[in-house]
Amino acid sequence: MKDVGFGYHAGDRLLSGMTLSLQPGMFHFLTGPSGAGKTTFLRLCYADLLPTEGQMTAFGQDLRSLSRDGIAGLRRRVGVVHQDTQFLDHLPVAENVALPLSIAGEQVDMQALRDLLGWVQLAPHARAMPPQLSGGERQRAALARAVILSPDVVLADEPTGNLDWDMSMRLMQLLLELNKSGKTVLVATHDLNLIRATKAQVAARVLRIAGGTLHLAGADL
Amino acid sequence: MRLFSRRPDFKALSLKTLWQGLLRGDGGAGDRIVPPTGFTAQLTLFSAAAMAFLAVFALALALATGRLADRWSSELAQSVTVRVSSDAADQETRTQSVIQLLQTTPGLGQPRLLPDDEVAALLAPWFGPDMPVDALPVPDLIELPITGRDFDAPGLRLRLEAEAPGAVLDDHTEWRRPLVAAAQWLRALGVISLVLIAAASAAMITLAAKAALAANGQVIRVLRLIGARDITIATAFVRRFTHRAAIGAAAGTALGMGAVALLPGMNAAGGFLTGLGFSGWGWLLPLLIPVVAAAVGFFATRWAALKMLESVR
Repeated sequence: MKDVGFGYHAGDRLLSGMTLSLQPGMFHFLTGPSGAGKTTFLRLCYADLLPTEGQMTAFGQDLRSLSRDGIAGLRRRVGVVHQDTQFLDHLPVAENVALPLSIAGEQVDMQALRDLLGWVQLAPHARAMPPQLSGGERQRAALARAVILSPDVVLADEPTGNLDWDMSMRLMQLLLELNKSGKTVLVATHDLNLIRATKAQVAARVLRIAGGTLHLAGADL
Repeated sequence: MRLFSRRPDFKALSLKTLWQGLLRGDGGAGDRIVPPTGFTAQLTLFSAAAMAFLAVFALALALATGRLADRWSSELAQSVTVRVSSDAADQETRTQSVIQLLQTTPGLGQPRLLPDDEVAALLAPWFGPDMPVDALPVPDLIELPITGRDFDAPGLRLRLEAEAPGAVLDDHTEWRRPLVAAAQWLRALGVISLVLIAAASAAMITLAAKAALAANGQVIRVLRLIGARDITIATAFVRRFTHRAAIGAAAGTALGMGAVALLPGMNAAGGFLTGLGFSGWGWLLPLLIPVVAAAVGFFATRWAALKMLESVR
């Protein structure tokens, strides 16, 4: 993104002058106080919002020029773990996780699906309905769904927001494993302890939104 | 600010792609991505069935009145009647002279004097079957087929006035015109009814589809967020409503055709109402109703899906 700005209302600028390029294969954190614009930033990244100024490109394409099908294609290359997880409550967990595959018209490999559910420790809950899952289970299921198409980039919006410390670290371990497998990861969180604990395991790049602009966080973190 | 700058377009939901999705055995991405909606489904099925049932009758009315208009128009236009009134003493002589005159009239076939029993049959609706026609001063009636285009009714009327006073030509025009006009108007009403039924069906299916789409707004949002194309989402809804419209209409059509088949036979009484039905190849026409209903469901849901997807990025 180059000189990107965004406001929800005319004349209002929540974010401005943001220039950033995600390093491929790198682990990124995006931090900042509540209401700073972290979720808005992520929504710009998966073209749920369009910048009001500046230019955003993803995989060599200007996001403004993408057709609706182009946006759908982008979202298949960017796995997103949403803050509120966003499941189809009438489908069991396994079908929710496999949904990106089925809507892409691809065959679901049942063994691969079982392996994926095992990786996020949800194999016993494959047939459970989403409302029956705990907060941590929902976040892990959302992560499994985000990576089932093997995206190049994984974005997570406050994935540990409602989890206790142990559960948060379990989820971060999964994200670290993804990063080790070569995925670019960007996690938005306001939890500095979580960032510190993770940085002890990986060389993460920490970005901070403050005053509507993006900064590279330093040693003061 | 442009939150939703890209709108779905008709190209994105091309008929060909939608149709292919409709015919796929697994329903494209699968009907399961849309939650089951029992009440809406039953409502759509019932509406489609009721509309198809009414459409069968409207179609039967249009076809029957069409046949009636054609029959009245052609049958009555093929003959004329000459009524000969005179004193009882001169009746036979006058009638014979009129017959001779008619035999020399161009464009007319052989004149036929209606025998007493046929005249009695014509009068029976008014006087009853036991009326002694002989006792009444009933004029003789001569029926003539029109055999040529050179028949000149006004000319014959003038000639009768001059050469055979008391003989009156009736070419059935006076009472044929309003009858044929009424039958044609009834046929038009039948066609209008069919169009209205199709429009009402489209409106009802659109409303049901819009309600289903609105109720599933969150589902659609989630599907878009995880990379679903508009065509995938629209296909799931279009497929569901097209099937419902077709199945409901098929049931309604079957019931309607059964009801029409149970009407008394056309020849039982010879009246208009008993002719309300299908004949011959006409029985195949109602089979188009489920096809039309499916097409209406298809286009109505496609339109509703397009409108809904406009609000989801």
